[in-house]
Amino acid sequence: MDPLPVVSGFLAAAVRVATPLLWAATGETITERSGVINLGVEGAMLAGALGAAVGASGGGVWVGTGVALAAGLLVGVAFALVAVTAQADQIISGTAVTLGAIGLTGVIYREYFGTAGAGLSLPTLPPLRIPILAEVPLLGPALFAQPILTYAAIGIVPIVWLLVYRTRWGLVLRAVGESREAARVAGVHVGAVRFAATVAGSGLAGLGGASLVLAQVGTFAEQMTAGRGFVAIAIVVLGRWHPFGVMLAALLFGAANASQYLFQAMSLDVPYQVFLMLPYFLTIVALAGVVGQVRAPAELGK
Amino acid sequence: MVAATAVAAAGVVLVAGLELGGYDAGAALGALWSGAFGSGYALLSATLVRAIPLTVIGLGFALAFRGGALNIGAEGQFYAGAIAATAVGVHAAAWPPAVAVSMVLLVSAAAGALWIALPVLLKVRYGVFEAISTLLLNFVAVSLVSYMVTGPLRERSGIYPQSDPLAAAARLPLLPGSRLHLGALLAIGIAVVLWVVMRKTLWGFQLKALGLSPRAALVTGGVGADRMLASALLWSGALAGLAGGLEVSGVSYALFQDLSPGYGFTAIAVALLARLHPGWIVLSGILFGALEAGAGAMQRDAGVPAVAVYVVEAVVIVTILVVDALFRRRQIVRGIQAGRVTA
Repeated sequence: MDPLPVVSGFLAAAVRVATPLLWAATGETITERSGVINLGVEGAMLAGALGAAVGASGGGVWVGTGVALAAGLLVGVAFALVAVTAQADQIISGTAVTLGAIGLTGVIYREYFGTAGAGLSLPTLPPLRIPILAEVPLLGPALFAQPILTYAAIGIVPIVWLLVYRTRWGLVLRAVGESREAARVAGVHVGAVRFAATVAGSGLAGLGGASLVLAQVGTFAEQMTAGRGFVAIAIVVLGRWHPFGVMLAALLFGAANASQYLFQAMSLDVPYQVFLMLPYFLTIVALAGVVGQVRAPAELGK
Repeated sequence: MVAATAVAAAGVVLVAGLELGGYDAGAALGALWSGAFGSGYALLSATLVRAIPLTVIGLGFALAFRGGALNIGAEGQFYAGAIAATAVGVHAAAWPPAVAVSMVLLVSAAAGALWIALPVLLKVRYGVFEAISTLLLNFVAVSLVSYMVTGPLRERSGIYPQSDPLAAAARLPLLPGSRLHLGALLAIGIAVVLWVVMRKTLWGFQLKALGLSPRAALVTGGVGADRMLASALLWSGALAGLAGGLEVSGVSYALFQDLSPGYGFTAIAVALLARLHPGWIVLSGILFGALEAGAGAMQRDAGVPAVAVYVVEAVVIVTILVVDALFRRRQIVRGIQAGRVTA
């Protein structure tokens, strides 16, 4: 068997799987840099996925993307009101918000698209081939023949890096994440910064849900995010709270998930569930491996 | 007080949501009530049967949370327990019932503890936040169940992705005329034991101290913080695993996917509503069991999707968190004004 198309297909699949994770993880990076850990990111992604489905079925892919963003922002506001404004426990707030999002999306989905079983077929974003570059062997299909939401996800990484490391706003954000007290004394409205960072992060997670529905699956199912939001939180840790590190970590996860195609092509007799478990184990191991070497924002979770 | 506020808020949201969604709120709530408490069957065989896993898992969550540790992975531990219970239970035909049932429950608790062992180890060794690692293992457990029921534990006929039924000897005795199993008594027993442990033992006192102020517990010495948290988390996992074993040997008699309708997460609401108090967790478990049972009836009779109960649960949790947080802040502010607390 010719290995070239197999490897090339594997790389393309890795990038495709990584895209929703990259959106959510980039958003969560902003949030966590302000000292807030948002487990509601899973709910924001799910709401974004449903928003994309509802919007796309009515007004096409761009309306879908817009509704997904709005849905993500809305979930972010809900979480921020509880965890930032009221300063409740962030982990439990996030769990509750995700729980609520699972319930609400389930109810709305059944209301809007009828009861379960109906295979919903939505308009999707076609791959956008970049001339010449898309023909490059191996890397061409993976990097230059992807839907536009994938390019956007990659494009937003350097923007976030600039924002976080090269602007005054980013300095304030990091200051709040490292020492609330010092930032407060310096005249920063800590609550407002955290609120904004949380809502912005959730918005990006909503777009992650959109890319899952509009660029990857083409349909909606209840609880379809299946923990991707939680994986995104792990990716942030693995990527050391740095936008470029987070991008690499997201790609690594995409690769782990896509490796099932590779193994299938090599016709190895491994149960497919092993590949489903792999990314979670990888995350846990990564958590243990990196925590010793890198420091989280000092105020994270407080 | 806080709990009553939370229940009231959840009620208001439920009614408002039903009205907004264009449902007949009266009919829906009527269906909810009759599905949960409307008959002896509804109470014993629907509500209380669901209250058992919620109570047992809720007790475990509360135990760990008393010490300041968050076990968000009860769903995974529940499945680990269910897998272990099934693996033993299908082969128990020749054993005396007392032995078979004890073995099934013991291995399920052990499997739950084993499932949380890795997060515990990582927390103690590397400081990995247990909320994230336990949460991630939920997804591994779901895949493991999927593998088990299509692989090693698949029924011999191989038709459905489910296990063979448990041997009769490995099934829990039922209250005659109902589906309520012995697990109900066990749940109450565990609540009593936990109450005694938290109230009357040094270990319970130290655990609470650790949860209230890790630094103070460290400074006063004598409290091995890591060891305390590790054992609290392991017990928490064991209880969730036991709940999985009880479900298999008392309700489903077989392993299949989606065995748990999110018990591991609902149990967090159960424990928080009960303010982590063992006695109240039993009542709160019954309340949420009723909600789960009634939700099925509501979907059947009033067309309201059963997943709506997740929203209700979320409202309960959020209300408690917010009221608590606001109250706590007021206390701190008052403390500062009185000069008792220096920030």
